[in-house]
Amino acid sequence: MEKENSRRSFIKNMSLATFSALALSGCDTKALDEFLQENFKELSKKEKDRIIKNLEAKYKKQYGKDFHVSAKPAIDRTLFGYALDLSRCIGCRKCVYACVDENNQSRDPQIHWIQVLQMENEKGIDFAHSNIHYNPEEVPEDGHFYLPVACQQCRNPQCTTVCPTKATWTEPDGIVVVDYNWCIGCRYCMAACPYGARHFNWGEPTVPTEEMKTELHYLGNRPRKKGVVEKCTFCIQRAREGKYPSCVEVCPVGARKFGNLLDPESEIRYILENKRVLILKEELNTQPKFYYFFGI
Amino acid sequence: MNFIRFALGSIKIVFKGSRVYYAWLIFLFLLIVWGGFGYAGQLSHGLIKTHMRDSVSWAFYIGNFTFLVGVAAAAVMLVIPAYVYNWKPIKEIVIFGELLAVCAVIMCISFIVVDIGNPLKFWHMLPIVGTMNFPSSMLSWDFFVLLIYLLINLFVVTYLLYCIFYKKEYNKSIVLPIVLFSIPMAVAIHTVTAFLYNALPARVFWNSALLAPRFLASAFCSGPAILLILFQILRKTTKFEIKDEAIWRIAELMVYAMFIYLFFTLAELFKEFYSGTEHILYWKYLLFGLGENKEIVVYSWSSIIMGVIAFFIFLIPRTRKNLFTLNIGIVLIYFSVYIEKGIALIIPGFTPDVLGQIYVYTPSMTEIRTAAMIFSLGFLLFTFLSKIAIAIIFDNYNIDSLKQKVKIKKIA
Repeated sequence: MEKENSRRSFIKNMSLATFSALALSGCDTKALDEFLQENFKELSKKEKDRIIKNLEAKYKKQYGKDFHVSAKPAIDRTLFGYALDLSRCIGCRKCVYACVDENNQSRDPQIHWIQVLQMENEKGIDFAHSNIHYNPEEVPEDGHFYLPVACQQCRNPQCTTVCPTKATWTEPDGIVVVDYNWCIGCRYCMAACPYGARHFNWGEPTVPTEEMKTELHYLGNRPRKKGVVEKCTFCIQRAREGKYPSCVEVCPVGARKFGNLLDPESEIRYILENKRVLILKEELNTQPKFYYFFGI
Repeated sequence: MNFIRFALGSIKIVFKGSRVYYAWLIFLFLLIVWGGFGYAGQLSHGLIKTHMRDSVSWAFYIGNFTFLVGVAAAAVMLVIPAYVYNWKPIKEIVIFGELLAVCAVIMCISFIVVDIGNPLKFWHMLPIVGTMNFPSSMLSWDFFVLLIYLLINLFVVTYLLYCIFYKKEYNKSIVLPIVLFSIPMAVAIHTVTAFLYNALPARVFWNSALLAPRFLASAFCSGPAILLILFQILRKTTKFEIKDEAIWRIAELMVYAMFIYLFFTLAELFKEFYSGTEHILYWKYLLFGLGENKEIVVYSWSSIIMGVIAFFIFLIPRTRKNLFTLNIGIVLIYFSVYIEKGIALIIPGFTPDVLGQIYVYTPSMTEIRTAAMIFSLGFLLFTFLSKIAIAIIFDNYNIDSLKQKVKIKKIA
C-alpha cells in the first residue's frame, strides 16, 4: 500500500508538475496543493487532518466565521435506513427548505435535494402525471397525495458504478457520498440515477454568509464549488453524531423516520416488519434503503 | 533528426496556398474566435451558460460527441470495401480515412472536455495518476478505446506519409496488422459509445439492444458522406484518381446502411407503439411533443424528412449515378444524421425526466458557439493534415524538394 502510494505520487508529481506549474502559475501553493489532492478514499489519516485544517482556515477567511469540518468515519454495525409515511405527508415542503438550510445548498442557482411530487389519488404513484410545481394557498389539496423524493441510498447504486473517477461511493454505513474535490463534473451519475437525486452546480453556488452552517462534514454539507455534483447524504454530519437528519426533525406531521437497519429494536425495523412498505422503481433492482409506507 | 525534418517540411506546406485556401483559413479562424469567446463565458460562469439543467443533464455537447464518434468509426471502416472490391487508390483511401478519423477523435475528446464541469481535473479519470473506474464505468472504457484508436490511426498515417516523404518502401508487416486492427477498433469505439447510453436502466429511451446496431448503421451513412465530398474535391484539384464506379459503390453501400438503419428504427417504433407501455412517452415527445411542449418536433421531423429524401436519392440508380443529385443526397444524409445524433438521440432520453417532469431543452447560444469553435478547429486541423498529405502523395513533395530549396538559396 505504501509502495503503491509513493509510486503513484511520484508519477503524478512528475507528469503534472509542468502542467500545473503552467496552469497555476500566479496562484498560491495552497491552490496547487488542492489541485494535486488525491481521491479522499486514498488519503492517509495524516493527509486528511492536514487537508481539513486547511479547509477550516480557508472557510474562515472566506466567510469570517469559525467552522468545524469533520471527517468522522462510519460507526461499526450501522446501516442507515429511512422510511416515509405517505399517508401522513401533507406536501408542505418544510423538509425541502430545512435540508437546503442544513446542507448549505446553493440558493441561487437554486438546488433542492428533496423534491416533492404531487400525485393524483386516482392514478396512484404515477410520475408521468405528477406535478412538482404545485403552489396552492394551502396544502394538502383534495384528491392528491404527496411523494417526497431524495437520494434513495440504493444498495445497488447505478451512480457509483458509472462514475469514471470513483469520486462517489457507498460508505460502510450505507450512505452514498461524493468527494467534491475529486468529481470532474461529467454528470454520468445524473444520467444513471433513476430518482433524479443528483444535482449539479451549474453556476457558482451562493449561500448568504449569515445562513452558512458551520458544523460540516467533508463528505456532506461543506461548501461546494461550481461544476460538481451533490446529493442527499442523510445529513452525514448529523447522522454520524447520533442525530436525526434535519428533514426528520422538521417534519410537522412526523411522516419521516430514520434509524439503524441493523438494530432490531429500532423504529425503522418496526416499520419494515409491521407496515405496508414499498420502494420506488423496484423493477430496476436498485434496492433502496429509503422506504415508503402507509402508517394509517 | 529525420523525423524533425519531416515535421518541419510538413509545417512549411501548411503556410503555402492559394487565395481560396487562405480565405478558407480566415473563415475558420473567425469562427474559432467567435466560438472561443462563447466558450470563455462558459469557463468563467460555469455550465449555467448552457441550457442544460438537472432534468436534462446531458445534451448538445454529448450529442456532437456521439455523432463524431460515428464519423471517426465509419472513416476507417471504408477500408473494408476498398479492400474487398480492390479499388485502385486503396493506400490513399486508408490515409485520408485515417486522417479524418484522427481529427474526428480529437473533436470527440474536445466535446467531452467542454462538457465537464472541471476540465482541469480531467486527469482524475486516467489510470495510475488518477483513479480510473475500470472496468465498471463505460465512460472509462470509451475514453480508453478512443485513445487507442487515436494513437493507432495517428501512427499509421504519420508512418505512411513519412515513408513516402523519404521515398522509402513502407514496411507492410507493420502497417497491415495495424490497419486490420483499426477496423475492429472502429466498430469498438462506436459500440462502446452506444453502451454508454444503453446500459442505464434509468433511461428507458436508450435501454434497447438495438441502440448499438442503429449507431453503427447511421455512422455508415454520415462518415462516408464526408469522404465522398473529399474524394471529389481531391479528384478535381490533385492527381488523386478515383473512378466514378468506386464513388457509386460507396453510395450503394450507404443505401444498404440507410436501409438497415430504417429497418432497425421501424422495428423499435413498432415495439414501442404497439405495446404502448408508459415507455412510449419519450418517443411521443420526440415525434409529436407532449401537450404544449413541441420544441424538438421540428428537429426530429427535419431529420426524418432529410433522411428519407436522401434514401430515395441513393436508392434510385439514376439519381445515385448523377453526381449533382448524389451530392444533394450526401448533404441531406449528413445533416439528417447530425440532427439525429445531436438532438434526437439525447434529448428524449431526458424528457420527461426520471420523475416525470418536462424541462424543455434547446441549445443555448453558448453551446452553439462552443460547438462552432470545436468544429472549426477540427476542420482547420483536417485542412492542414490533408494539405500535407496531398503535397506528399500527389505533388511529389519529398526530402529532395527540401534539399533543392536549400541549394537554391545558397547559390542565390
